[in-house]
Amino acid sequence: MEPEAARYIGAGIATIGMGGAGIGMGMIFGNFLSAAIRNPAAASSQFSNLIFGFAVTEALGIFSLVIAFMILFT
Amino acid sequence: MAPTDPISQFNIYTLFSFGTVGADENGANGFELVFTNSALFMVASVVLISSYLILSTRGRGLVPSRVQLVSEIMYEFIANMVRTSAGNEGMAFFPLVFSLFAFIFVANMLGMYPYFFAVTSQIIITAALALLVMGVVIFYGVWKHGFGFLKLFVPSGIPLPIMFIVVPIEVLSFLSRPLSLSLRLFGNILAGHIVLKVFAGFVVSLSALGALGMVGSVLPFVMAVALTGLKLLVSALQAYVFAILTSIYLNDAIHPGH
Repeated sequence: MEPEAARYIGAGIATIGMGGAGIGMGMIFGNFLSAAIRNPAAASSQFSNLIFGFAVTEALGIFSLVIAFMILFT
Repeated sequence: MAPTDPISQFNIYTLFSFGTVGADENGANGFELVFTNSALFMVASVVLISSYLILSTRGRGLVPSRVQLVSEIMYEFIANMVRTSAGNEGMAFFPLVFSLFAFIFVANMLGMYPYFFAVTSQIIITAALALLVMGVVIFYGVWKHGFGFLKLFVPSGIPLPIMFIVVPIEVLSFLSRPLSLSLRLFGNILAGHIVLKVFAGFVVSLSALGALGMVGSVLPFVMAVALTGLKLLVSALQAYVFAILTSIYLNDAIHPGH
């Protein structure tokens, strides 16, 4: 196999990790929404916790994206 | 014609040079001081947000005008965030958090304008901001609590055998904070701009195929417009995320015990 082709395949494989971050973020927002519908009065006070969980989860997906960029462009 | 590959929009080039400094008598070992497009947009962000805040609050009206109201909302928003996540003592760091938020927000928004340079898509910028935050956290924590700052790594109320597992995890999570803080902002802005450019490139390459391609190029065009909206949301959200994580990390420095 050409080394160039292997590089593109590797970058593609590296982005699979973002799927896990997608699942995690879906769980965060889904659970927040179901909790917010049950108790709408408490929802706004938990907004910063929501964003914190979102940010921490998202960072893991971004790590795999950065690995893919490093494979592609360095 | 502008280059169409998605990565060349992040090129840094010299706008003008201040000349070489620090060279010895042979003219070696010096480094060139240059003003780049990245520096231009950083200066533009700082000038824009500073002049807006200064000019809009100049009147200090008891009944705020519209421009003053925007500044006040921004202040209240960040002040509430710092107060809820870092407590009243955390308000000592309000200027730091507000400056970080305002700079990242304006830099992101400036980067959204076509042909403008997105400052926060450079890892060196976001890494410098993240290291500044972690430096403040460590310096303040050690200065305020001394060795008590190490309580950060030892959660209270945990049996001793589990400590051997928990403490390394806590240390590792603390060490990965500057990495994740800088990579999150960098990765979001970089990925967003690349995706936007790729979809815009589809419009060009499809419409070059003839009449059928021109009709088909409507789809990526609609996608590019929708992605621009998403990018605006992400740009604002990442500035907020950076600010809230800064105040949460500062909270650790102020109250190290869990």
